[in-house]
This record gives sequence, structure tokens and C-alpha cells, in this order.
Amino acid sequence: MNLKHKPLLAALAIALLLLPFATDAMLGRGWVRIADFALLYIMLALGLNIVVGYAGLLDLGYVAFFAVGAYNYALLSSPQFGLHWPFWVVLPLGALLACCFGVLLGAPTLKLRGDYLAIVTLGFGEIIRIFLNNLNAPVNITNGPQGISMIDPIRAGEFSMGGEHQLFGLAFPATHLHYYLFLLFTLLVIFVSRRLEGSRIGRAWMAIREDEVAAEAMGLNTRNIKLLAFAMGATFGGLSGGLFAGFQGFVSPESFSLMESIMILCMVVLGGMGNIGGVILGGVLLVLLPEALRNGAGPMQQALFGKTLVDPESLRMLMFGLALIAVMLLRPAGLWPSTQRRRELSPDEMISHQEQDTVYDNSK
Amino acid sequence: MSLLSVENLKASYGGIQALKGISLEVAQGELVALIGSNGAGKSTTLKTLAGLLHPASGSIHYDGISMHDIPAHQRVRDGLSLVPEGRGVFARLSVEENLQMGAYIRNDTAQIAADLERMYALFPRLAERRAQLAGTLSGGEQQMVAMARALMSKPKLLMLDEPSMGLAPMMVAKIFETISDISAQGVSILLVEQNARLALEVARRGYVLESGLITLADSASNLLGSDEVRRAYLGA
Repeated sequence: MNLKHKPLLAALAIALLLLPFATDAMLGRGWVRIADFALLYIMLALGLNIVVGYAGLLDLGYVAFFAVGAYNYALLSSPQFGLHWPFWVVLPLGALLACCFGVLLGAPTLKLRGDYLAIVTLGFGEIIRIFLNNLNAPVNITNGPQGISMIDPIRAGEFSMGGEHQLFGLAFPATHLHYYLFLLFTLLVIFVSRRLEGSRIGRAWMAIREDEVAAEAMGLNTRNIKLLAFAMGATFGGLSGGLFAGFQGFVSPESFSLMESIMILCMVVLGGMGNIGGVILGGVLLVLLPEALRNGAGPMQQALFGKTLVDPESLRMLMFGLALIAVMLLRPAGLWPSTQRRRELSPDEMISHQEQDTVYDNSK
Repeated sequence: MSLLSVENLKASYGGIQALKGISLEVAQGELVALIGSNGAGKSTTLKTLAGLLHPASGSIHYDGISMHDIPAHQRVRDGLSLVPEGRGVFARLSVEENLQMGAYIRNDTAQIAADLERMYALFPRLAERRAQLAGTLSGGEQQMVAMARALMSKPKLLMLDEPSMGLAPMMVAKIFETISDISAQGVSILLVEQNARLALEVARRGYVLESGLITLADSASNLLGSDEVRRAYLGA
């Protein structure tokens, strides 16, 4: 981090800290909750980015790990089994459990690539969801489609995040408290992602993405390194899942559909695969855009036509789809691609000149 | 004793037998060429030696040890390094990152940095382009990256799979010059080539592979002079 960026970072930090109060004042009460979800999705997208962006393994069942983390929290910290384990035990446990599932689901797919891998992971994702949906008989574990409710809020000692607190003379409702907690975890995930990216392991993932055979010929144990990618990605998913369960107070299999996996993948691809900044941007946009369309479409029609022609709710997904297509056409490498992707898809002047030199210059 | 000795090696893809029992040897410090036409089994031989393909039967002894149960990534650690066909550079990594991947199995940081500079001395072209993405290089430069990357693992035996493939004649000459240099530094080389004349000119000994069988084995100069080789591979 060089000095030039310091004022910028400080400004960003202050903006992020004030965000919940700013949205409350300017946009209305509901937006902090949306910001909370944006942070959860950013964690998920960064986790998937390890698998898809770094290691190049197309995973369509990623939401399964989110589900594992969420259900782990729900089962161990709710009246379902009468267990009320503290969140600082349940949350790491959920991440660990998701990590194990990552290895478990990753292992059979090691020899598969590309579309085949995508289909198998898609199957795995659905299996987990269907299990959660049906594990209410003969022994009721997950409570089936009804889901598990009355999950304990995240709590440290006497301080429960489920209710409003007065701190420093300000009122912090539950959504605000969760916002700060999720922000903290998101920063942790960003930090770990950054460290991984520049590490020997990060480079090994990218080598596998580029050419698996060559990577193996370099002495990489491709099996272990791919499993590690699945495990790391799943860990982030499990973490996010646990936070989700504690925040929401309710989980049901519905929240973990294939559509969720695809949304998370969209965030990674649309934002800029392999670039942490891009993935964060993708996460923020894909959470905000549908909400903005939902809130904006009605009044806009009123203003333009004097009445509501199309139901904003159905217009929302239509606009959303169009936005996705437009972005992918205009910026095929994502909104904020990694330097590599950018250079690959639009070679800059210097490189194309060098290429010309290479072909025609035989002096060297 | 030879560094690599292969006996009666058989390998197949599904039901198709690509190698029908070949035997060959590479002595310490030797440059051996394996020539043959398309589909003769040359690349299959190298893949099997590198551990990327499991042989159906036969034995591979390297440095006196059977390689039967040694996985590919371990063989690199033992000094058996392959430059794959079609080069296989990591396109979206820079030249320097590619070379660092070559040293993946090593952890002697200071020595790696020194070797990196040695590679840039051997391939000055790469020094100019160290920050460039490998995928944006010309074919010849990518071949240089692939070779330098393999050398970064400090191999005792370097296996080159068709280094001349798809390169301009000037580049081919340069690559072969470098192969001779590497050999002169004491690295044993097993060179697989379709360009038989070039390969036999730099090699000490050669094998001719035809439809999965070795049909000729002799010194390179004898092979260059032999009528069969001339007719079949040298077009004379």
C-alpha cells in the first residue's frame, strides 16, 4: 500500500463506516439490510473467485457450501435440537464443515474439466438442497421445506446483535450492527484473498487454470492444489452461510437454489474474474441493481406515462437480464478485469508492436 | 550406468496401442534424439516417461530407480523434466511468473533468483519481455519460455517434445543452438523431433520410432547416413 493511496483509503473507510446512517437518512430504512446482503454476497463471490477465477474450475453448485454453513448454524443454535452453542464456536465450525464438504465434493470431480465439471458440480449443489428439503423424515433433522426458524442471533456475552443498542449516544438497530460485523468479515476475506493471490499457491492455481498438463510437468501436485482451491472457496462460503443464518434468524432450502449459485457466478464473471476489486464490484452491483430497479421502476413509469404499465416486480428481472447482456457485450472481460485479462483481450499498443517485431525481426 | 533406461515399454489410449514395447537408453550427459513421423508414438513416449500417462507394461528406470509408482510431480523433483508438445506456456502469466512456476518444486530462494538471471542470459529475448504475458509472445519466444521454465527446475534429464513445431526457420536454428548449449552444460537431453535432420545433427545417438516400435538405433551420424532414414525422413 503506497502513500499516495492513503487519503483515498481513509475516505473509503469513513464512507463505509457512515454508510448505514447515510442510507437511512437519504434512501430509507430498508437499504442497510440490502447492504448487509451485499456484504454476504461479496464474501460468497470472493470464495467462488478462488475456484473459478484463480483455479479456473467452473463450479455451478457453490451455494451448497453457503447452505452447509447456514444449516450448521441453524441446527446448533436454535430450538430445533434445543442446542444453543455460542456463535464463536458455531461460525468457525461451519466454515470448517464447509471446507470438508469442499474437499468431499471436489474429490470426485478432479479429472473433469470445463462443461463436464460444471454439470457435476451443479448436481452436487442440487443434491445438498434436496437433502435439506427431505431430511425431515424418518428422523426430523432439517425440518424439511418449512426450514428452521427462531435461530439464535449472533451474540457475544450479554451483547446480542438481535436487538437495538445505544452506543456513543447513537441508536444502532440490528441491521446496523450486522453491517459492521459483516464488513469486518468481508475485510478478512479480502485480506486472505489478496494474500493467496500473490502466494506460491495462488500462482499454482493460475498455472492449473492455464495448462493443467504443463502444471503437472512443473512438479505441481495438481490433485492437492485443486482440492485446496475447492476447500478454500468452500470455507468462505460456509462462513458467509453462518453469518446469514444468524442474521436472518431463519433458514429454508429455498434460499439455496441453483439460481443463487448462478447469481454468485454472475458476480464473479460480470465484475471481473480473478480480480478482487472486480468481484467486489460485481457483488455490489448485482445486489443493488435488482433493488434499485424494484424501487425505481414504478415511480419512473408514473413520471413517463402517468400510470404503471408493467408491474415493477416483473420488470425488474427483465431489466436485470438486459443489463447483464449489455455488460458482457460491452466489457467481455468484466467491469473491472484483472490486468492480465485486460491485456489478453485487448492487447495494448506496446505489446502488438513487440509482436510485430518478433515476427519480422530476425536480427536477434 | 545409464541415467534413463526404458525396457519393453507399452502404452495405450483406450484400446489403441500407441507403444508396442520400446526400449531405449540415455546416458549421463548425452543428447539422444527420438525421431519418427506423425503418430509414431514419440509424444506418448515422453508423456509416459514424465508420468502423465501410465504404461500398460514395461519398466522405466531413472537414476537406477524404478519409476513405476512415482507420480508425475515427484519425477520433476527427481530431476526429470518435460517441455510439453505445443509448449504449454501459462498464457496469462508473465514470462517471469512462468519461469518462477518452473522453480515451483524448489525453495532455495537466492539460488532461484540467480538461476532466473542465468535464464535471461541464455535467452536475452526473454529478459526484454519478462513482464509481458507469455500468451502474447511469438511461437519461438514461447518455446524459449517453455525451455527456460523446464530448466528452472534444475533437471538432470530434459525431455523436449518437438521444439521446432510451428516455428519460423530462423527461430528453429536459434532453438537448436540453445539445445546444444544446454547439452554442453552437462544436462542430459532426450529430444523428440519430426525434423529428423536437425535433431540428428545435434544429437549423439538416435532412435527411429515407427508405429510404436523402435526400428533403428544407432549413432546420429550413422543414422544421418543410412539409406532408410534418408529415404523415409530426410527426403533425399
